[in-house]
Amino acid sequence: MAEKKKIATRESYGNALAELGKEHEDLVVLDADLAAATKTGVFKKAFPERHIDCGIAECNMIGVAAGLSTTGKVPFASSFAMFAAGRAFEQVRNSVGYPKLNVKIGATHAGISVGEDGASHQCNEDIALMRTIPGMVVINPSDDVEAKAAVKAAYEHQGPVYLRFGRLAVPVINDQADYHFELGKGVVLREGKDVAIIATGLPVANCLEAAEKLAEEGIEAKVINIHTIKPLDEELVVAAAKATGKVVTVEEHSIIGGLGSAVCDVLCEQAPTKVLKIGINDTFGESGPAVELVKKYGLDAESIYTKVKAFL
Amino acid sequence: MNKTELKKQANEIRKGIVTAVHSAKSGHPGGSLSAADIYTYLYFEEMNIDPKDPKNADRDRFVLSKGHTAPGLYSTLAHRGFFPVEDLTTLRHTGSYLQGHPDMKHIPGVDMSSGSLGQGVSAAVGMAIGAKLSGADYRVYTLVGDGEIQEGQIWEAAMLAGFRKLDNLVVIVDNNNLQIDGPITEVNSPYPIDRKFEAFNFHVINIDGNDFDQIDAAFKEARATKGMPTAIIAKTVKGKGVSFMENQVGWHGAAPNDEQYAVAMKDLEKAGEA
Repeated sequence: MAEKKKIATRESYGNALAELGKEHEDLVVLDADLAAATKTGVFKKAFPERHIDCGIAECNMIGVAAGLSTTGKVPFASSFAMFAAGRAFEQVRNSVGYPKLNVKIGATHAGISVGEDGASHQCNEDIALMRTIPGMVVINPSDDVEAKAAVKAAYEHQGPVYLRFGRLAVPVINDQADYHFELGKGVVLREGKDVAIIATGLPVANCLEAAEKLAEEGIEAKVINIHTIKPLDEELVVAAAKATGKVVTVEEHSIIGGLGSAVCDVLCEQAPTKVLKIGINDTFGESGPAVELVKKYGLDAESIYTKVKAFL
Repeated sequence: MNKTELKKQANEIRKGIVTAVHSAKSGHPGGSLSAADIYTYLYFEEMNIDPKDPKNADRDRFVLSKGHTAPGLYSTLAHRGFFPVEDLTTLRHTGSYLQGHPDMKHIPGVDMSSGSLGQGVSAAVGMAIGAKLSGADYRVYTLVGDGEIQEGQIWEAAMLAGFRKLDNLVVIVDNNNLQIDGPITEVNSPYPIDRKFEAFNFHVINIDGNDFDQIDAAFKEARATKGMPTAIIAKTVKGKGVSFMENQVGWHGAAPNDEQYAVAMKDLEKAGEA
């Protein structure tokens, strides 16, 4: 397989904002002293008057975004997932979610692929937190193409959206001419009858690689990319479970409350199926190069291949 | 409105507060009554609002950061014509649009949902920045409690407001000196409140928040202040207007029984005749 181009989805976030900002005067971007890291710096450079740095005060930033949205602006509040979804959870819940305001939260540096900064900054809980808020849309794109499309879709959607991006450069896997992003619709990346691998975000590319290895041994894995965790594409999940009888979920997030839990919520009611949840196993992360951590925590292609094989 | 008319209006609003909380058998009369004169002044004198067009893009905005005093806001909105005064008796009832804390999705005239303390100033700052970005000249008002300013987020928001020179923003502190656990000076004193806001680059005005002459002068001064936001520290009496509720911490969040309700209404009737 040819080496694929790699881009971190946080880069895609910044670039997409700068692009959208040209067309939409009402788009404003907020940061909490991390514009250089959330990659919104490109937007700030292009539209300095529409970039509001709130300083290191994420709870206030979410409230300011809420207030701005009531005046007709479309604010993208940006920070690390740990602070946007974690520290400011209650502000997101009460100042944005409850009044269903048109605020977009751009959360970068999600998951263990934050790398060297370690556990204090590796948020493996954000999907769980955000998906419990009524009306919140939760999107976790898998590559540059999807991330840019997700930012556009978030802008066009009326209501709160949580966008999850990564720090580590990941392979571009959706660069097909007919690529189309639809909020709430999962994407079948590979057909297969023996097992359904349902993945989101960073490990999607690794799942494709694992599926190829499985295929070499005659195991045909269906691979589904779930970019929108809420609302979940229940129809696709149920159909895949019924067609294969075995489901594996893969995410760079705690196995508690994330995609795996969302899939299980649906399947236990509509199509009880044995599910293997691959993710961060109820533990904190640690410091180390991101690629090494992805491997150590079992989210690389080899680990996924081994776990799926053992599961079947 | 002249001072006598404002006083009479505030008295009617106080009756609405007591009636709503009595009907709900729960709620927060103390801080609603202390701020009733400020509510009255804002909605009957100061703010550019239209009850027939509550979502008008150019209207002034009000964020009730101390959202538990919703009975005060609701009674004011009702008397100003945003919804029927009779509806006040549905406060906190199952199925009523008059939720225990302000709900902008369902209550005409409510500009921001609130109730979880500490969050309203941030939203007001967002609205004020929105006005500046759009070149609009509407003003934004937010009312916070003196206990509420123990929340750190208030100061995060104040810092940004001062830094961005939001002269279209007025933060009013309802300084009634009592919070649930007791006097604010005994729980965790926020004093000196004025010097704190000054340090955050606010223009600060200290007033008696139950005196319409001082309220009037303060809001005029705020309007004339350019290049910085204004904080009005309004010294008030918690439970103001109801004899047995005044300065009593127990009336922060309790409803009067039928007997007490009768006494309260009698107090207010008498004040109305004065």
